[in-house]
Amino acid sequence: MTFVDWVSAPVNWAFTIIGLAVLVSGFRVVTANNVVHAALYLVGALAGTAGLFLMLSAEFVAWVLVLVYIGAVIVLFLFGIMITRAPTGLDEGLSSDHKVLPAVLALAMFLMMAWASLDAFGAQVIASTGEPVPTEILGEALLGRFLIPFEIVSFVLLAALIGGITLARRDLSPAEEEERSAV
Amino acid sequence: MLLSQFLVLAAALFAFGIYGLLVRRNMVLILLSVELMLNAVNINLIAFESVLVSSEAIGQVFAIFVITVAAAEVGIGLAIVLMIFRNRKSANVDDLSLMRW
Amino acid sequence: MVASLSALYNLAILAAEDVSEEVLAGDGGWWADTAGIMLILPFVAFALILIFGKKLKHKGGEIAVAALAINLVWATVLLLMNANGGVLDQTTFEIGRIGSGLVFELGWVVDGLSILMFFLVNFVGLLVFVYALGYMKGDVRVDWFFAAFSLFAGAMLILVGAPNLVQLIIGWEGVGLASYFLIGFYWEDITNVKAGNKAFLTNKVADVGLILGAILVGVAVGSWDFGAIDFAAFEGAPELAAVASVGGLLLFLGAIGKSAQFPFHIWLPDAMAGPTPVSALMHAATMVTAGVYLMARMFPLFQYLAQNVRIVMIVIGTITLFGIGLLAIVADDIKKVLAYSTVSQLGYMMTAIAAGGYTAGMFHLLTHATFKALLFLGAGSVIHSVHSNNMSDMGGLRKFMPTTYWTWIVGALALSGIGLSGFWSKDEILAVMGEKGLSIVLWISIAGAFVTAFYMARATSLIFFGTYKGEGTPHESPRILTVPLVILAVPAALAGFLNIPGLSIPGLGNVTEWLAVRLVPMGDPHAVAINFGLAGIGLGVAILGAVVGWLIYHPDAETQLERDSFEIPVLYPLLRRKYYIDDLALGIVAFVKGPLARFVDWTNTYVLDGIVNGVGGLVKGLGVFVYDTLDQRGVDGVFNGLSAATDGAGSVVRRWQSGRIQQYAASFVAGVLILVALFVFVI
Repeated sequence: MTFVDWVSAPVNWAFTIIGLAVLVSGFRVVTANNVVHAALYLVGALAGTAGLFLMLSAEFVAWVLVLVYIGAVIVLFLFGIMITRAPTGLDEGLSSDHKVLPAVLALAMFLMMAWASLDAFGAQVIASTGEPVPTEILGEALLGRFLIPFEIVSFVLLAALIGGITLARRDLSPAEEEERSAV
Repeated sequence: MLLSQFLVLAAALFAFGIYGLLVRRNMVLILLSVELMLNAVNINLIAFESVLVSSEAIGQVFAIFVITVAAAEVGIGLAIVLMIFRNRKSANVDDLSLMRW
Repeated sequence: MVASLSALYNLAILAAEDVSEEVLAGDGGWWADTAGIMLILPFVAFALILIFGKKLKHKGGEIAVAALAINLVWATVLLLMNANGGVLDQTTFEIGRIGSGLVFELGWVVDGLSILMFFLVNFVGLLVFVYALGYMKGDVRVDWFFAAFSLFAGAMLILVGAPNLVQLIIGWEGVGLASYFLIGFYWEDITNVKAGNKAFLTNKVADVGLILGAILVGVAVGSWDFGAIDFAAFEGAPELAAVASVGGLLLFLGAIGKSAQFPFHIWLPDAMAGPTPVSALMHAATMVTAGVYLMARMFPLFQYLAQNVRIVMIVIGTITLFGIGLLAIVADDIKKVLAYSTVSQLGYMMTAIAAGGYTAGMFHLLTHATFKALLFLGAGSVIHSVHSNNMSDMGGLRKFMPTTYWTWIVGALALSGIGLSGFWSKDEILAVMGEKGLSIVLWISIAGAFVTAFYMARATSLIFFGTYKGEGTPHESPRILTVPLVILAVPAALAGFLNIPGLSIPGLGNVTEWLAVRLVPMGDPHAVAINFGLAGIGLGVAILGAVVGWLIYHPDAETQLERDSFEIPVLYPLLRRKYYIDDLALGIVAFVKGPLARFVDWTNTYVLDGIVNGVGGLVKGLGVFVYDTLDQRGVDGVFNGLSAATDGAGSVVRRWQSGRIQQYAASFVAGVLILVALFVFVI
């Protein structure tokens, strides 16, 4: 596939736009000096990712991403931000001052992974059918071959739920406990 | 579409996540960076799935598992952050250098 | 989008039209076809009570009673039909399917086992509900109580009527949920909430076993239908045989959770936090019997394939029936005495079923349901009048509460296995063990019978004899509490005649015949004739236990007055702390650490010390030699140098241990990079 072929496909234009949006949002997630903005940029990055999933005919996962992440997880994050009273305005102290080493490490990681990807799959073309993978297939896989992992993951979620409650709720002091049991 | 364009994009997001993980001081923001990295993994899974086209959509199934586990991780992570905040009145990792000599 | 819509349509059509009905021998006609009404009515009652309950005179209690009364009609008719020729029928509705293979159905199965349970749940349930009308009068949230109570009974009926494992799990979880509501009913007191949580979470852990076991067995057989599983087990299908042991063990894990067998028994005594009618129903017909029912329902799997699991079951059951029974000796809370007794009796049932006594186990479940419901309702009547759960606040109630006293005596004799219904069923369990040659288990069971009679004699003496030690003047309970007691006393006394070996009551038959109505033969080893030797030993031991208990706790005996000083040195402290199992269960760490530490301590004291002393002598001699000849002549110098080097290295390295997580993370990332580079470029 030549560059001309690549450019002439409209789907690649869409990819370029969405990809840029994802990259910019992703970058701002880790550099924004406002906690709430960072969370909202994550929404942007995730929404863009959902768009990419749609391009890759993974319709169901795209909507799961939108529902679970943008719908629920981000709200959880916003709650976390509010409750821990992180400064919601501009705050220079959100990032540490030693930025060079992390930047070098991240860049090295990126170069390494990008090189590996290009080296191994450089010319591999995705034959886009435009047809979303039927959810039925996913459902059968989840309740068929992956039934036991599915159950285990659901148990992990339950454990996380209980663990979250146990961790986050305030332990009553002995005096308060007595007060409550007296009622 | 090329497979590698998605992979490189995912690599970039992953690198951003690592940068955020190493640079951020607020624990909530660190968790956000982790989410970014998990998201990059998901892009990889979906992209490979669309090339391999397994009959059982294995890549997508695993993406769903990753999303589920990520949700559990956020729940527990934020609960821990909350508890630390309550005990130490701070959500900064710099204030948590207790694990040392 | 279109696809999913049409799938929904399909479901609706399936539910309306595709009523698959498997007609089997003696199909029970209209009554069996409509038996599903028993599964639905309690839920209708649940909804109605929530909507209208507050406005009614009994706060919705009458709706709950009415639902179970209608149910009891069906259950009784089916029971009689089953006794006269057998009823075997199954009605299912397809709800959905996974791929082409696994079908998910709801419905109801009507066979000997489920009919017995239908009758038990509805009969005991109805009496307990009527009792609760009086007991809960004027209490808080009575409408919610009856709603949750209906839910409890309904979920149990869903469970026992389940034609497949999936519906059984639905009912199973429903029972757990309703019990959570009811145990934590008085949620104003935080300890009750904690008891509810403990019950729920303990059950949840065990439920993982049930769900995984159900998946394993269902996928292996290709169906969750009990009939299909029974046939596969009967024919020894290789795909089921391959997973039978693991699957059976997982299912058994679920069963011991619900049936509160060792070591999952910890939730049951705490579950006494709920109102007494809840305890009565929970211990007699619903909840704890579910585990035994599951074992009986899956009996062909254990009978034909998972033989090795039965050893585990017998061991667990035997530990439970004796070890937990002992705990009842030291409990002061009357309800906890009965709770431990239930756990112990469930151990008998589990052991019996594991040993192959399918009928013996279920028969004991039947008799136990009647007399344990009776005892709990009697305890409730006592608590109602004394306003305390502690036996140390009671005494002498025989004169104040004659009806409660006499019905309690009936229940206590039945439970102790002296003459009344419990004697017959316990004797059958002993007979099964004797026939199977399980002599150790048999003797432990007989010892368990002694313990049972002992603690019942103790409880009876402390509650009803001697002088009253509580506050106020106790009085006999109102009629609405005593009538259910009297009604329950009849089956508690006479239910034993339903299954005397060789005896078949005209028009009723016997329990063995009832229960034999299953798809595949149960291969029951139940003896045709009474084993007079074992029966005599069982009866003798029980009477001995009662007499010893009476002598120790006799009201005139000094020991009752100062019964706290009556102690068996090691045993009683152990029992008071409930074998430390609750403490262990407080955390997995403690669970692992405790026994391990004690074991290590034991080996330390008894084994290692000896070795150490011996070796120590040797080493000492060697040491003297080494010190005198080698050490003093220059090794010291080397070591001083080494320690100085270590000290220096430490002061350098410790700077890296900054405690800053992100530095660690950065090192981690760098390490990953180096490793990847190594793999890519070097190797």
